[in-house]
Amino acid sequence: MEIAFFIITALLTIGAAVAMVLSHNAVHSALWLVLNFFGVAVLYLLLNAPFLAMVQITVYAGAIMVLFLFVIMLLGSEQGQEEVNGLPWQTPVALVMGLLLVVMAGYALFFPGTPVPTTQTPNEIGAPDILARKLFSTYLLPFEITSVLLLVALIGAVVLTMKSREGDRV
Amino acid sequence: MEFQIPQTDFTTIGPPLVLSVWATALLLIDLFIANKRTTAILALVGLAAGAAVALPFYGQTPRVSFEGMALLDDTAIAIDWILTLVTAITILFAMDYLKRQAIEMGEFYPVLLFTTSAMMMMAHGRNLIVLFISLEWLSIGLYILAGFAYPRIRSQEAAMKYLLYGAFAAGFLIYGTALVYGVTGTVDMATIADQLRANQAMRTSPLLLVGLGLLLIGFGYKISMVPFHMWTPDVYEGSPTPVSAYMSAATKAAGFAALLRVVQIAFPVDVLPTWQIIVAILAALTMVIGNIAAVAQSNIKRMLAYSSIAHAGFILCALVAIGEPGAVQSYLYYILAYALTNLGAFAVVIALEQAGEERFDIADLAGIGWRQPLLGAAMAVFMLSLAGVPPLAGFFAKWLVFQVAYQAGFWWLALIGLLSSVVSAFYYLRIIVNMYMRERSEPVPSFTTAPLLLGVGVAALLVVVQGFLTNPVLTLVGQTVAAGR
Repeated sequence: MEIAFFIITALLTIGAAVAMVLSHNAVHSALWLVLNFFGVAVLYLLLNAPFLAMVQITVYAGAIMVLFLFVIMLLGSEQGQEEVNGLPWQTPVALVMGLLLVVMAGYALFFPGTPVPTTQTPNEIGAPDILARKLFSTYLLPFEITSVLLLVALIGAVVLTMKSREGDRV
Repeated sequence: MEFQIPQTDFTTIGPPLVLSVWATALLLIDLFIANKRTTAILALVGLAAGAAVALPFYGQTPRVSFEGMALLDDTAIAIDWILTLVTAITILFAMDYLKRQAIEMGEFYPVLLFTTSAMMMMAHGRNLIVLFISLEWLSIGLYILAGFAYPRIRSQEAAMKYLLYGAFAAGFLIYGTALVYGVTGTVDMATIADQLRANQAMRTSPLLLVGLGLLLIGFGYKISMVPFHMWTPDVYEGSPTPVSAYMSAATKAAGFAALLRVVQIAFPVDVLPTWQIIVAILAALTMVIGNIAAVAQSNIKRMLAYSSIAHAGFILCALVAIGEPGAVQSYLYYILAYALTNLGAFAVVIALEQAGEERFDIADLAGIGWRQPLLGAAMAVFMLSLAGVPPLAGFFAKWLVFQVAYQAGFWWLALIGLLSSVVSAFYYLRIIVNMYMRERSEPVPSFTTAPLLLGVGVAALLVVVQGFLTNPVLTLVGQTVAAGR
């Protein structure tokens, strides 16, 4: 049952990803990407990571995709120009790299090394309350410095777009 | 379930904590200050406070807190102090420069303090996650600073390039961390070493080696190690000059601090010697390519950028030999000598730069040695020190580094270092020749103000003093080694 569910979701996710790359309309691409994000979220659920699944939906499928759509529509670039491939060497390189990734994934699948002893089971990591406890105990320092990082990014966004200095471009 | 509030000893992150808190406060205080010079002076006060809180812990037994994530030992304190010094001099450089370039905004100083705080965190972190977040944090600060002169298209270009390369580097770093975690089951550096020591299969796991390689690449970008150095000249050239100076000195010090932590704590030589030869080859390449490319530059900022690449190679020589007694000392000694010298060398460029006009050509230096005697003399000291002329700090730094590399059995590395530093003497001396022995019919005007001269003076004085007091300085950074790990 679970495996069947996995296969359906996985195919849907991959299909959405391929459709996103292939569609010519940028808005369609963005919508396919939303479907892809939902598929990945379901996969996270299957892996016993409900918190990650929720974050995937709210942050990626929600916030980030809205931004994407905004930018696409603001720029009015739904119908991408007839493409002139400026980097023709990129295609073969991308193919080789992609193949390499498949080989690596295959290697990891068929020759799994000795499993690493971990103290946690998947259930323990994925649950939101456990995550919260970890965040405020073991991972307190990374959590705190991340907040400073975000503050700096915020200041930067304001500083670099301040109105008062506009108009004197050299 | 009962929730236990973990034991947190805030003194273990004292200096970065003070700087972050002060920067946040300064951001608000700045709103009520009309004269931005006051903000700069307040930032200097914060730096002094940050350096002072570490003082009682110097020479004490190392402390660990935050569940093993933060570490306070003499290496961390030494790096904190080097960074404090560099940032203070940068502030002195920036004070009048920003005004002259019409890009003066009070936010410059808090962002600078935040960035320094992140760099200090790199030295205090004992966990790969902390290192990664600190690296991102300092990168974001530097993107802002690089683009601070954004009316200038060059500055925008620098910020954009740095952003793209930085994102790449972060990707490598986090992927490497993931692989190391996958093999050892932990991101705590001390536990990684314990796991590797206990488990033969882990040590030979290809995934671990790939992970370590990716970590090296991630840090390699920040310290501009060849072949990950391509961004350096472009970014240094386009950024506001005090920021270039800061990047070349402080970012490298922080990157090297993190690298030292990783190879010292997580992958000690006696457990995993594989990385040694790889780093040795990269160090040799960095020295050779950095020095040869610097010879071809006629733009002072680009020349200094290539010189900073070359010096990264010299510092890596000490990293290769990190298992030897005295290696950590010479590593830190070189970082201090290099940071002060390269920082000071940018001052002359700052003095020549007028609003919106770029005076970065070596020919623009003609005669400045006579017109600005103090600045010229300081610049001559910096160039001689970078070239490695005794009795300046740069000479002893190179001497110590080549010595430990030789001791560790990497005689060929020491030889390549020696030969490439002979090449480097050419372009450093060319600057001095231009300053004193050339004249121009209409000399380029230069701006020297009190803060700039103070900054340059302090840097030049310290370079000379460090050279004369090599032994005391070594003992100062050397207690580190005794306290160890």
